[in-house]
Amino acid sequence: MYETTYHRASSVDEAAALFAKGKEAKYLAGGQTLLPVMKQRLASPSDVIDLAKIKDMVGCSGTTSGIQIKAATTHYDVSQDATVRKAIPALCALASQIGDPAVRHRGTIGGSLANNDPAADYPAAVLALNATIKTNKRTIAADDFFQGLFSTALEDGEIITAVDFPVVDKAGYAKFPHPASRFALTGVFVARMPDGDVRVAATGASQNGVMRVGPIEAALKANWSASAIDSVTISADGLLNDIHGTADYRANLIKVMAQRAVQAAG
Amino acid sequence: MGVEGIGASVVRKEDRRFITGKGRYVDDIKLVGMTHAHFIRSPHAHAKIKGIDSSEAMKMPGVIAVLTGQQIVDDKIGNLICGWAITSKDGSPMKMGAWPAMAPETVRFVGQAVAVVIAETKNQARDAAEAVVVNYEELPAVADVKAAIAPGAPQLHPEAPGNIIYDWQLGDEAAVKAAFAKAANVVSLDLTNNRLVPNAMEPRAAIADYDAAEEHFTLYTTSQNPHVARLVLSAFYNVAPEHKLRVIAPDVGGGFGSKIYIYPEEMVALWASKKVGRPVKWTGDRTESFLTDAHGRDHITHAEMAFDKDNKILGLRVKTHANFGAYMSLFSSAVPTYLYATLLSGQYVIPAIYAEVMAVYTNTTPVDAYRGAGRPEASYLLERMMETAARQLNVDPAELRKKNFITTFPYQTPVIMTYDAGDFNASIDAAMKAIDYAGFPARKAKAKSEGKLRGIGVSCYIEACGIAPSKAVGSLGAGVGLWESAEIRVNPVGTIEVLTGTHSHGQSHETTFCQLIAERLGVPISQVSIVHGDTDKVQFGMGTYGSRSIAVGGTAIVKAMEKIESKAKKIAAHALEASENDIVIENGEFKVTGTDKSIALPMVALAAYTAHNLPDGMEPGLKETAFYDPTNFTFPAGAYICEVEVDAATGKTSFVNFVAADDFGRLINPMVVEGQVHGGLAQGIGQALLEHAVYNENGQPVTASFMDYTMPRADDLPSFQVQHTTTLCPSNPLGVKGCGEAGAIGASAAVINAITDAIGNNKLEMPATPDRVWHAIHG
Repeated sequence: MYETTYHRASSVDEAAALFAKGKEAKYLAGGQTLLPVMKQRLASPSDVIDLAKIKDMVGCSGTTSGIQIKAATTHYDVSQDATVRKAIPALCALASQIGDPAVRHRGTIGGSLANNDPAADYPAAVLALNATIKTNKRTIAADDFFQGLFSTALEDGEIITAVDFPVVDKAGYAKFPHPASRFALTGVFVARMPDGDVRVAATGASQNGVMRVGPIEAALKANWSASAIDSVTISADGLLNDIHGTADYRANLIKVMAQRAVQAAG
Repeated sequence: MGVEGIGASVVRKEDRRFITGKGRYVDDIKLVGMTHAHFIRSPHAHAKIKGIDSSEAMKMPGVIAVLTGQQIVDDKIGNLICGWAITSKDGSPMKMGAWPAMAPETVRFVGQAVAVVIAETKNQARDAAEAVVVNYEELPAVADVKAAIAPGAPQLHPEAPGNIIYDWQLGDEAAVKAAFAKAANVVSLDLTNNRLVPNAMEPRAAIADYDAAEEHFTLYTTSQNPHVARLVLSAFYNVAPEHKLRVIAPDVGGGFGSKIYIYPEEMVALWASKKVGRPVKWTGDRTESFLTDAHGRDHITHAEMAFDKDNKILGLRVKTHANFGAYMSLFSSAVPTYLYATLLSGQYVIPAIYAEVMAVYTNTTPVDAYRGAGRPEASYLLERMMETAARQLNVDPAELRKKNFITTFPYQTPVIMTYDAGDFNASIDAAMKAIDYAGFPARKAKAKSEGKLRGIGVSCYIEACGIAPSKAVGSLGAGVGLWESAEIRVNPVGTIEVLTGTHSHGQSHETTFCQLIAERLGVPISQVSIVHGDTDKVQFGMGTYGSRSIAVGGTAIVKAMEKIESKAKKIAAHALEASENDIVIENGEFKVTGTDKSIALPMVALAAYTAHNLPDGMEPGLKETAFYDPTNFTFPAGAYICEVEVDAATGKTSFVNFVAADDFGRLINPMVVEGQVHGGLAQGIGQALLEHAVYNENGQPVTASFMDYTMPRADDLPSFQVQHTTTLCPSNPLGVKGCGEAGAIGASAAVINAITDAIGNNKLEMPATPDRVWHAIHG
C-alpha cells in the first residue's frame, strides 16, 4: 500500500468538504474493494475519507412508500433487519449471501452500488426493485444509475446517502456463485410490483454489468411462474465468457436463476 | 497399546502453540540489522532483457542495493539443477536448459526474477522496485505442451531442440503389441491431468544472515528438507561450503511438495546477505506463490487397454506429454517417469505395459512434485480407464476391478515395482458396504423419478511411499540417497530428545514420533521432545515428502531405540546384578524377569551419565544414532467410492456420500491419519472439481489469485466416511505404509467416475466445473 491520509468524517457535509480538499481523494465505506486494490498498489488515493462511522448513514427504516436503507449499513445488518425482512425478505436473503461473514460485517450497500462491480449482488436488487438512490446532491432512479462496468451516474465527490425501495408484491433472488470468488457468476432478481409490472435484473452475466432481462420480464408479466420462463430464449450475445462460465452457459444461468428466483419469491 | 503408544489417538502436542498463535515461522523471525528484499519479476512469458536501469531506484530512501541476474552470474553462483537424471529412448541424456537464480539475458515465464532490491524496509524495497526500469524485447511464447512441440514453435532453450527435455519409455513395447493383437476388446481414453497450484497456507520465505568474521551463513527458510537444501546450496550452487552453512526450517505452514525444492529466492538472499553485509529477509506474497511455487501435474495422456473375451486385462499402452514449464525444477524429471509409469499396473494383473513420456518446456511456471507426484496421474488414468472399460464392456465397474485384482504377494509388476503386501478385495468390500453399493441402482432410480442425476464412481488406487532403497533409486538416476537418520538422546533425568532428519510441516511428527518412544520405552510423551529442521542440531536427513516420514524416519527411530535399549539393559543388568538376557522393559521400568527387582529408566540414564558404576569398558552416556535405508517402497492402497447428484440445469455437482477405505498398514495415531486422509481427499476433490492453473496462449497466467483459482473450501466438500483395512507392511518393523498422499491420489477418479455415471457422458475433463458438466450434458 502507498502512503495515504486517513480521515474519519463525522457528517456527510464534512466528508464532501474533505473530498473537495483532497488532491486525489477516495471515499471509504466498507473497504471491501478499495482496500484490497490499495494493498495491491493498484490505487493510490492521496486521502481516504471514511464514511462508515457517519451516524446518519447507518440504519434501515420504514417509509410511507416502502423502506429506506442508509448507505453505510452493512450487509450483515441488512440481512438481520426486521423492517427489511417484513417488507422485502428477498433483500435480507441477498445480503446474507454476499461474500463471507467478514465481508458482510464490513461491506455496505452504498459501497457496493457506488463501485458497481459487474458481479455484485446489490445492483440486481436495486435495478429489479426500481429503487431510488439518494445522494448528498439529488435522487437518481435505478434505471439511470448503473452505466456499465464499475461506472455509475455519480459525479465526482457525490456521496450515496441512502437507497429507497418501494413496496413490492413479490420479490426473489437466486444466485449461482462464481466457484472461486463467490461473487455472482450469474444472479437474477425478480420483482412484481403492486400494479402488476414485472422487473427482472441479472448480475454477473453481462459484459456491461447489471442488466434488465426483457424477455423474462414479458414472460412473467403474462404468467408469474417459473414454468413461464421455460420457453424464453436468452441470447448469449454480449455476455461474459471466461474459464468459469462461457457466454452460452451464463445465458442458461440467467434463465435457471430467474426460475429459482420466482420460486423463492413464492 | 498403552494410552500414548502405537494406535492411540493422542491429541497433537504441537497444537497448543499453533492454536494460540505461538508458532514460529520464518516471517516471525527478526534479526538485528535485517534488510528486506523485493524481487523485480518479468511481466512477460518470454523476452530478452535489453537493459536494467536502477539509477533512480538507488537514490530512493532506504535503498541499499539493486542486484541483477548478470551480477549473480558474474559471481559464479551456480545455476539451479534438476537432481534426477533421465535417459531418453535413444540413450541420450535429458536436455536441461540453464536456470540462473535471476535471469541475466532471457526470461521464460511470467514471474521469473530479473533483479532484487535490498532496502531498510519492505515498503522501501517495493517502492524502489517500481523505479527500476527493465527494458524487455518480447519474444513469442508458448504455454501449451502440444503447441510447444509443433514445428515452428517458439524455442525456449538452445540445449533442448524442439523444447523436448526427454522422450522416455518404460515396459515392453513388443509384448504390449502382441497383447493388443490378441485382444477381444480395446478401450481407449484421452485425458488431461490439470495443472495445480500448491497454495500452502504459509507463502515461501527466507532470511539469510552472513557472518563475515566466521565466513558463515545461516539460512532460515520454509523447507521440507533443510539438509537437502544445504547440500544443494553447497555442492551445486557454490553459495557456501556445508560446514559454513546452517539451514533452519522452523515451523512451516504446509508444503505439499512445493517446499522440497531450492528456489532462486533463497539463493539470492544468501548471496545478497554477503554482498550487503547484513541479514536479508524475503517473504513471498500470495501472488508470488501463484507465479513461482512449483506447480503440479499438467499431463496430457492417450491410453489404451486390451481385454480378453473374459474381461481380463491383457495389456496397457500409455503415451503422456508432461508440461515441465520453463525450467527443470529439482525433482521434476522423476515425477512423470519413475513416480508415474512405475505405478501403471495399479491394483491389477496387467501382463504387459508400455509407457512413453515426453517432457516438454513451455513458457510457464516450472512444474514439480505436488502431493502424490506422478501417482495421482497414474491412478487417475487407470481408474478412469477401468470405469470406461466397464461401461464399454457392459459389466459392473467393481466386478471388473475384482476380476483383475492382484491377489498374491509379493507381486512383480511389468513396470519395476514389487508389491510386498495388500488385500485389495478387503478395501473395496469395505467401501462398497459402507456406501451401500448394492442399493445404488434403487437410489439412482428414485433420484431420476425426482428429476435428478445420480451417479456413483469407484477408484482403487495403489501408491508407492518411502521411496527406496537408495541403491535402487541411484541406479534409476536419483542424485541423492533416500534413507533417514535418527538420534535419540536420553538425558540424565530420563527425559528424551529425538532428533530426526524428517521435517514436520503439518504431519504431526511431534506427537506420533513420541508415541513410538512411549510404546517401546514406556516414557510419557510429555517427557519426549522431537527435534527437527536445523542442520546444526540434526546431523543429516532427507526431509519429508512422498509419505516417507513414518516408514523411513520412524523406522530409523526404532533402530536407534534398539541401540538405546541394548545399552540400557546392560546398565540395568549391572545395577541389578542380573543377566542382561533376563532384563525386560515394562512401563518404563527395567525388570529382572520373574523377580520384583527393577530399576526405572531415569535411574538407568543417571547411571549412564554419572558413570560411577557402569559395566567394565562401557562408555558413559546414553545417546544413539541410526541410519535406516529401507529394502523396498511401501505400498498403501485403498478403494474410494463417491456418490454424487448433478443438477442438470446448472451442471453443479453435489456430494451424497464419499467413502474412503485405506490400507496404510499399522496406524500410529488414527486421529492424525484421519486428518491426513481428509486433507488429501480435499486436494483430490479440489483437482476433480475446482482447481485449475490456466495460461492463455501467450503464457500469461489467467488464474493468479484466489479470485480466479478455486481453492477448495469446507462447503465444497462432503463429510468423509474414513475406513481402514489392514495388511502390515513386511518391509519395516513398524508395519507402516504412509498416509499423507493417498487422498489426493485416489479421490479425483472416484469423483469424475461418479459424475460421468450421473450424466451418462464420459467426455469430461478435470476440473469438472459446473460450466463443463453443463456442456457435457447439453452438448
